[in-house]
Amino acid sequence: MVGLRRRPAIGALVGLAVLAASTAVVATRGIGASTTLTETVGWVSTLGFDLVFELDGFAVLMALIVLVLGFGVLLYSLAYFEHDSTYARFVGLFMAFAGSMTGLVLAADLFTMFVFWELTSICSFLLIGLNDKSESARQSAVRALLTTGAGGLCLLGAVGILQVELGTTAFADLVALQPTGAVMDAAIVLILLGAFTKSAQFPFHFWLPGAMAAPTPVSAYLHSATMVKAGIVLLARMSPVFGQSDLWRWWVVLAGVATMLIGGWRALRQTDAKLLLAHSTVSQLGLLTVLVGLGWSTALYAGVAHLVAHAVFKVALFLGVGVIDHELGTRDVTKIGAARRRAPLVVAALGASTLSMAGMIPLFGFVTKEKALVAVLDAEVGAAGTVALVGVVLGSVLSVAYSARFLHALLSEPDRGEHDAVANHHEHHESSVLTRVLLGAPVLVPAAASLLFGLIATRVGKWLVAPSTSLAGSAKSKLVLWPGINDALIISAIVIVVGAVIGWRAPLSVAAPHGKHRSRGERSFDAVYDATLGLAKRLTRVTQPGSLPMYVAVTSLTVAVVAIAALAVDGWPAFEGFVSDSPLTIAVTVLTIAVSIGVAVVSARFTAAVFLGGVGYGAAVLFLMRGAPDLALTQVLVETLTIVIFLLAMRSMPRSFAPASSWAPKTVRIAVSLLVGIVVPLLVLSVHGARTAPSVAEDYAPRSISEAGGANLVNVILVDFRGFDTMGEITVLAVAALGVVNLVRAAERHRRQRERENSNASAAAGSATGDVS
Amino acid sequence: MTFIRSAILDELVDRWLSKVAALVALYVTFRGHNAPGGGFAGGLVLGGVFVLQFLTGREPHLRHRPIRRPTMLLGAGLLMALGTTAVPLFVDAAPLESHIWKPDIPVIGEVKVVSSMFFDLGVFMVVVAVVLMMLLSLGARGSSLVGDDGGEVS
Repeated sequence: MVGLRRRPAIGALVGLAVLAASTAVVATRGIGASTTLTETVGWVSTLGFDLVFELDGFAVLMALIVLVLGFGVLLYSLAYFEHDSTYARFVGLFMAFAGSMTGLVLAADLFTMFVFWELTSICSFLLIGLNDKSESARQSAVRALLTTGAGGLCLLGAVGILQVELGTTAFADLVALQPTGAVMDAAIVLILLGAFTKSAQFPFHFWLPGAMAAPTPVSAYLHSATMVKAGIVLLARMSPVFGQSDLWRWWVVLAGVATMLIGGWRALRQTDAKLLLAHSTVSQLGLLTVLVGLGWSTALYAGVAHLVAHAVFKVALFLGVGVIDHELGTRDVTKIGAARRRAPLVVAALGASTLSMAGMIPLFGFVTKEKALVAVLDAEVGAAGTVALVGVVLGSVLSVAYSARFLHALLSEPDRGEHDAVANHHEHHESSVLTRVLLGAPVLVPAAASLLFGLIATRVGKWLVAPSTSLAGSAKSKLVLWPGINDALIISAIVIVVGAVIGWRAPLSVAAPHGKHRSRGERSFDAVYDATLGLAKRLTRVTQPGSLPMYVAVTSLTVAVVAIAALAVDGWPAFEGFVSDSPLTIAVTVLTIAVSIGVAVVSARFTAAVFLGGVGYGAAVLFLMRGAPDLALTQVLVETLTIVIFLLAMRSMPRSFAPASSWAPKTVRIAVSLLVGIVVPLLVLSVHGARTAPSVAEDYAPRSISEAGGANLVNVILVDFRGFDTMGEITVLAVAALGVVNLVRAAERHRRQRERENSNASAAAGSATGDVS
Repeated sequence: MTFIRSAILDELVDRWLSKVAALVALYVTFRGHNAPGGGFAGGLVLGGVFVLQFLTGREPHLRHRPIRRPTMLLGAGLLMALGTTAVPLFVDAAPLESHIWKPDIPVIGEVKVVSSMFFDLGVFMVVVAVVLMMLLSLGARGSSLVGDDGGEVS
């Protein structure tokens, strides 16, 4: 039963309303609009960080895909999640994702796109790990996040380069500028890394099949129809800018072709229908990458068209497999044949969508695949074009092959025994009509759309002109259902025959390779991940050995060396006004110095602590004499409390200091101390004489009473002018206090435990002696 | 375990000094805006009183202190400081921007109140809480001031 009374379901209904309303807005304001709607949202305007959106043709198309498919998938999820307690989380994250993705496709500059790019990565991470009790789901989520996150950082690098070099990241400006040069090559590499990680291009293709740990609606929406298209969107936006660069073209073609072939090949070896579709998505994304990134206007148009075709048929396929899973409780390709009896309409829709994926006439997939072949055949882009052509043809063979294998699975007759098991499963899951409608409609509608779009291909082709030309003015072409006999059609026919034979004969049941639960990509990822953590651990072990004298020595020596270097460069301080002070100051100073030498010389901790307090009091007196009563007051109070706390802490420590470590004999320690003792005063003197800017006090003093209502400037600075600093300081203080409390508690617990063990041991020993006697 | 033990001292610290010092601490805190003092110093003064109580063997007394849970005080102080930082944001002012009130109170006359006083009060509370937490965790254990090596300290 669909419990519409549940609160997550109400949330989902609100979400549906939001998506429908957004779709209406985008459609009415975007389609056929004479002027492009733009909107700037101030964010950190003082730093020039504003979110800029533009509803141009491509943005309209992508936003419609995101919103309409989002509507369908959310509707589907209402029935899919039935009794799942994670549904509330799903609805929230799903809407967050839909919002981020809409922002991404509407972005008018690379900076805005980057912001939403990261948001989609985070949503994807949370959605893959939706079942947080599953170890493998969590691992897949982490892999996806780290891979796409690394790509996001690369994209940020590209944003930085473009902003610094060109002063803009707006797509329109970049297309007009057509930047080239070595620095731009760096930007190209970074942008491509961003796009490839997001769109699961070789060698980053491994995370996408892992992401199938997510529930089916998530896979259908994020990891097939929308989010993984973000990389394609980025390529489409940047292709008119960098598409003529050889670096760009070769990278795009090689990565795309490799992805197409690897994904297609892997899809032939999957036994889980959902994983088969995941690998087919990888393969199709490779094709889209090649088309969109080739830098050839017809190919860009074909890419946009195929993007639509893929979104439409793939969402139906994923959701349809979800229905089968829901009905039969299995996604095994040897068993899903049984679904024909349970859900004939859904299986028919799956079949139509599969044919569209294979590129069979009269479905929309055929139209776009033909356009792609024609475009790649015509492309005059040198050797890269030839590689792209070979890749697209071989990739098409594989895509026909895995489509045929999927069809074979749908049409095959399951074993009798399996059938009974499946039937048993079904008895426990009698679905209501509403559930069946909610699950079925989002599968049937896109499948029907695949057919309809194919039949009215010419009109769809006209609709796609605006999106395509908004990317690059020259990317204008048209679609036809029947192109007549030409090279592309002949190639297609051969491709379909070869692919169908391979696919139909490919075995459905593939023995799972033993001991290899992770793909090679996943294993390399894990190796890099573990190596990084291992390196961090080793580095920590070297830099944090736990020896306090070592830390003090390293810190002091660094300060001394840096200070000496600075003084050597900027000149040594003058000593004027150094000794011309009152005799009292000199007396206090001498006393303080004597006491501080005492700290270093005495062997008992207790005496050292008292002497340390003496140094503090001496400093307080000096503060007072130099006219800083606030500082002196605080210093005296702090010093008093510190001594007491020192003494308290020392109760549980040995009376004398531990003997010095062997690496620091007396001479070394004295040398380090002397060096620091000489350099730091020199530094202070030179800092005192180095003031070039006016003192902040000159600014603060006149404002103290009028603006902050206080006559004590020090206090006004603390609580008003520099109140943020104080806020931070008291936070640190609070954290330190909590740390002390917990450390003491932990030590106490440890001590008690040890005592208990000791008493147990002695009791045991006692009883043993008793027995003997 | 005591540093110093004498009935007169007990009486003095317990009855009078602590109360007077608490008043002094508040005085130091509030005068801070115009004269040496402030929340930090005030908190330390009150902390000093607790230290005195502790040193005169008043640890049980600390256990029955008016402030039962220093962590609560710590949080309250942080929240108060944070609140003073954030409130101006709601009236379209910069964070921590001071507001000066001059209400006329009968008998006493005009009193000047600056909003940053509450910030200082937050600092005061945090400091008092930190001193109390240190004392209670490091000092309130039933061990003596004799080190592990057996040497007498006092």
